[in-house]
Amino acid sequence: MKARPATGRRIVNLLVNVAASLAASTGIIVLLWIIIMLAYKGIPALNLDFFLNLPTPPMIPGGGLANAILGTLLLTVLATVFAVPIGLLAGVCLGEFGQQSKLADLCRFAANVLSGMPSIIVGIFVYGLLVMTMGNFSGLAGAIALAIIMLPVVARTTEDMLRLVPDPLRESALAMGAPRWKVTVAIIFRAARAGIITGVLLGVARVSGETAPLLFTALNSPYMMSSLLQPMPNLTVTIFNYAMSPYEDWQRLAWGASLLITAGVLVLNILARFIFGERKS
Amino acid sequence: MPQAKEIAFLAAARRNIWPNADAIFKWLTVAAAVVVPVIIVAIFWELLSLSWPALQKFGWRFFITEVWNPVTQQFGAASSIYGTVMSTLIAMVLAVPMSIVIALFLVELAPPWVSKIVGNLIELLAAIPSIIYGMWGLFVFAPFMARYVQPFLGEYFGFLPLFAGPPMGIGMLTAGVILAFMILPFITAICRDVFALVPAVLKESGYGVGATTWEVTYKITLPYGIVGVLGGIFMGLGRALGETMAVTFVIGNTHKISLSLFAPGNSIASSLANEFAEATEIIYLSSLIALGLVLFLFTFLVQVISQIMLRRLYRGWSIKI
Repeated sequence: MKARPATGRRIVNLLVNVAASLAASTGIIVLLWIIIMLAYKGIPALNLDFFLNLPTPPMIPGGGLANAILGTLLLTVLATVFAVPIGLLAGVCLGEFGQQSKLADLCRFAANVLSGMPSIIVGIFVYGLLVMTMGNFSGLAGAIALAIIMLPVVARTTEDMLRLVPDPLRESALAMGAPRWKVTVAIIFRAARAGIITGVLLGVARVSGETAPLLFTALNSPYMMSSLLQPMPNLTVTIFNYAMSPYEDWQRLAWGASLLITAGVLVLNILARFIFGERKS
Repeated sequence: MPQAKEIAFLAAARRNIWPNADAIFKWLTVAAAVVVPVIIVAIFWELLSLSWPALQKFGWRFFITEVWNPVTQQFGAASSIYGTVMSTLIAMVLAVPMSIVIALFLVELAPPWVSKIVGNLIELLAAIPSIIYGMWGLFVFAPFMARYVQPFLGEYFGFLPLFAGPPMGIGMLTAGVILAFMILPFITAICRDVFALVPAVLKESGYGVGATTWEVTYKITLPYGIVGVLGGIFMGLGRALGETMAVTFVIGNTHKISLSLFAPGNSIASSLANEFAEATEIIYLSSLIALGLVLFLFTFLVQVISQIMLRRLYRGWSIKI
């Protein structure tokens, strides 16, 4: 048998290798491009006024986003408070009790589907469920919408992390006479702690940058919030409104808010990786 | 041993206080887990009932009518559906080959430390919120497209109706390109896992008979992991279909179907984000929510297909997900 000439194949291979390196560089360039532009346009906007003052009408200097910063924090904390307990319990059901059951299979499937559901759909759902029935936009509705987005993330990571805990640990705890619930809460959770914290952090990171569901639920407000049942100011919807406005000072605030949100989300992500990486090593 | 007896007694006593604690705990977790499928069913029900007035008034023609006129209360979903499909198509055409070669780069070509850093950076692309892509897209990337990319395409490919018209930056093409960057990390992550999980023996036997890296990837790795790669592609597709804020910023928001990719258009998600606040009449609101229902059905179908494929892949390799 005659050997096929290798030159053509080598050239194709080389081309693919170059394309692969170029594609990877493109991804990194886009990431850096976004981060550099955020820093370049956002840092000048971040001053004391930005953090301490309430928004002002356009063209009036000294406006800040104190209310929106607090509002976003509050919405995220509330969503976490709603989603984490249910998510943890659901994760326990999937990971500890329902390895083989059909019901658990369905729930796992549903969690995957829900985490891929566009967030704007969740926004419409909560709009119909709460905003229409209660008659006005509210921070509470916003927090619930965010919690629905967060829930599958927490449930699925908890399940995965519980799976990683070796069975002998469960068996030895059960052999000591501890009831099942105690084994799970006191021992398995402790063993899987780093992973579960990672899941929660990723969930928080996912929802803290969300905008679309808030458009239909928390809406936005130029005032300091007074009640959970009123529209709640928040950074992301503020970015949307201000960026689309023709006023330069509002656009500057939008860049500042964008930088703040991105920094927060990236720090959460890197922190989550770091915690999980430490556990593995 | 009195001590052991004591412990046994205490344990028994404690169990008596909460004789059903285990059962209660178990049912509590089951109840929490069932919340998830219940939410999905509830979303479907809510969307269906809220969009009912529009569906009843316009019938099936709603889905093929291009008119969207809040003044005369005439609504049709055609332009939004077209925009969603078109922007997603652009994104897939760009993102799928890129993701596959990036995964190839990470698994086969780069030294481990480079692969780790590059892999992490690419994953961070997924962490950046949608609205930030929107800001960057509107103020940075759209002007860049208008100044450099679109004139270039117009000059060399302008004979195609796809690339005709003035380069405005804002429009279908820019939206599609940004979507591609957004879904890239998801597809890459899955392709990378799939490539890394292909047994080394298979690849080595390819290399052993003299195949190049690309030939091993194209003829051995990809066919072996095709279900997983397809699952990843469908997952990216689902994301692209429903992506809202980034698209809303750059697509132009016009209820019009244009053949040119430079022209502004709209998508289901962008129409919802833009017009929800203005929709005061029942039929307007209901039409918007009917768009939402279409989007829900699209993404649900795509997600289900993607889950089935990924599940088949992992089951084939006896890994539980």
